[in-house]
Amino acid sequence: MKERGAQARAWLFVLPALVLLSAYLVYPTIQTFRTSLFGGTGFNPNRFVGLRNYLLLLTHDSLFLSLSRWPPSGALVNNILWLILFSGGTLVFGLLIAVLASGTRLERIVKSAVFLPMVISATAAAVIARFLFSPDASIGLLNALFVALIPGLTPVSWLGTSEVVNYALIATGIWIWTGLSMTVLSAAYKSIDPQILEAARVDGASPWKTFWRISLPMLSQPLSFVAITMIINSLKMIDLVLVMTAGGPAGTSRVIGFSFYWEVFNNNLVGYGSAVAILMLIPLAPLMAVQVRRIRRQESGK
Amino acid sequence: MTEQTLRGTVSPGRVVKNVLVVALAVVWLVPTIGLLVTSVRPQADIAASGWWQAAVRPHFTIVNYANVLTARNFFANFVNSFIITIPATVLPIIIGALAAYAFAWLRFRGRNIVFMIIVALLVLPLQETWVPVLKMQSRLGLTGRYLALWLAHTAYGLPFAIFLLRNFFGELPRELFEAAKLDGYSEYGVFRSIVLPLSVPALASLGIFQFVWVWNDLMNALVLLQDQHKFPLTVAIQRLLGSYGSEWNLLASGAFISMSIPLLVFFLLQRYFVQGITAGAVKG
Repeated sequence: MKERGAQARAWLFVLPALVLLSAYLVYPTIQTFRTSLFGGTGFNPNRFVGLRNYLLLLTHDSLFLSLSRWPPSGALVNNILWLILFSGGTLVFGLLIAVLASGTRLERIVKSAVFLPMVISATAAAVIARFLFSPDASIGLLNALFVALIPGLTPVSWLGTSEVVNYALIATGIWIWTGLSMTVLSAAYKSIDPQILEAARVDGASPWKTFWRISLPMLSQPLSFVAITMIINSLKMIDLVLVMTAGGPAGTSRVIGFSFYWEVFNNNLVGYGSAVAILMLIPLAPLMAVQVRRIRRQESGK
Repeated sequence: MTEQTLRGTVSPGRVVKNVLVVALAVVWLVPTIGLLVTSVRPQADIAASGWWQAAVRPHFTIVNYANVLTARNFFANFVNSFIITIPATVLPIIIGALAAYAFAWLRFRGRNIVFMIIVALLVLPLQETWVPVLKMQSRLGLTGRYLALWLAHTAYGLPFAIFLLRNFFGELPRELFEAAKLDGYSEYGVFRSIVLPLSVPALASLGIFQFVWVWNDLMNALVLLQDQHKFPLTVAIQRLLGSYGSEWNLLASGAFISMSIPLLVFFLLQRYFVQGITAGAVKG
């Protein structure tokens, strides 16, 4: 009897959270999957089409996936580009800054400078980046530098040229998120026992070799944490693309998250857009499993 | 490079390292500085010459800030941002702390499975919930009300809140709870008088995170808050950018007004920020 009372009271503590999580996360996910099987416009598509939305997306929507010409293009391909370059870039720069700044007199200032874009909104960051990338060489610093350094060059429209726009967006993403990677890696780097590094030095290992053979392997867990976080971020990416390019020019900078937003809220294709959202879940599902396993290991390690 | 470098001596390696670090910091800062300088330049100057030329002929004004706050009514959006952010920060902390306490210290059936589901929800892309959530809002009569956004931000913030606080609560010494039980404390009494007061640093970290996250949010406000009189600063800037892509005097000052609050929070409470980030990561 007493035990049952304790059980009930425990559930009371988690009840408010469970109600909100069910109403806002779990139930909508199931609903979105259901909606993805329906076609037509409007907020309540009621024509059952089975998996046709998925089929159309993967085979007949050149803005989502186009394999007919080399190189392949579309939101899905752009997202793969994001995944590789954004995750790689934030890891490399985060590690570079964490290691280089460690122990220098300027460490705190440098870290604050790099972390700053993490603190501001993607909207503000997008304004800053659009200003930097401006095609007008008397406004955008990047074009001003290019024109000054390379005579005869005309200003480049970084965000208006389909061949460059994705790289400009990804660079902005790296600029924003390196602060997170740096913070995590720096904390881990500092927690390496200095005696180990000292021993390597006494044994005659060069700083370069010490870094590759000793420091880096010891950072493998935080590195994988940052990599997973950044892969998840790249798969969810939406606001930066919306504010900087709205998917343009001509839809060439779309990513999956943006395609979902555009199909639902701009083109009013709710079923079709829901299919995009569900497709986005497919690569995220294994990452969920990884996350859960990581926490489990942490639990049992206690 | 293999030569041992003594403390205080200037080795080429150390010089290269310092130069590289400073160069990276400059690259990271310059874009923001550019917009900051632009926000205090007269409109005519912005159109005529690059912001870097302000170093040669400095001529600054605050008229852009006055314009964007009054003529564009950014002041109202500034107030809206606070109205949205404060409850959306307090609610998930309270609800998350209650749940985290149960997950850390109370025994009930299904505890571990439910907690693992919450951890999995950390990865869920929130945008895929928008359409059903919008339908639910209209059924419940929440459309166009702040309450709609408060509840959504609370729910979206809960997985991280529960995860972070449960980790922290779990580290509190077991003896504390055993002693409290002997003293006749109820579960709620333990939570209220022992767990919460001891967890102020974790609650502060979480509060700062959630505050900055909600303050900086564009998408949820844009999609779920269907009343343009209630829009926060982020949405106001996005609209300004969409309709007047080249009004840099207003865009720059507007962006800095929106950045001012999170930057203030960051510089005053940097320690908690870093704690919050590393809490979930380094333990791994």
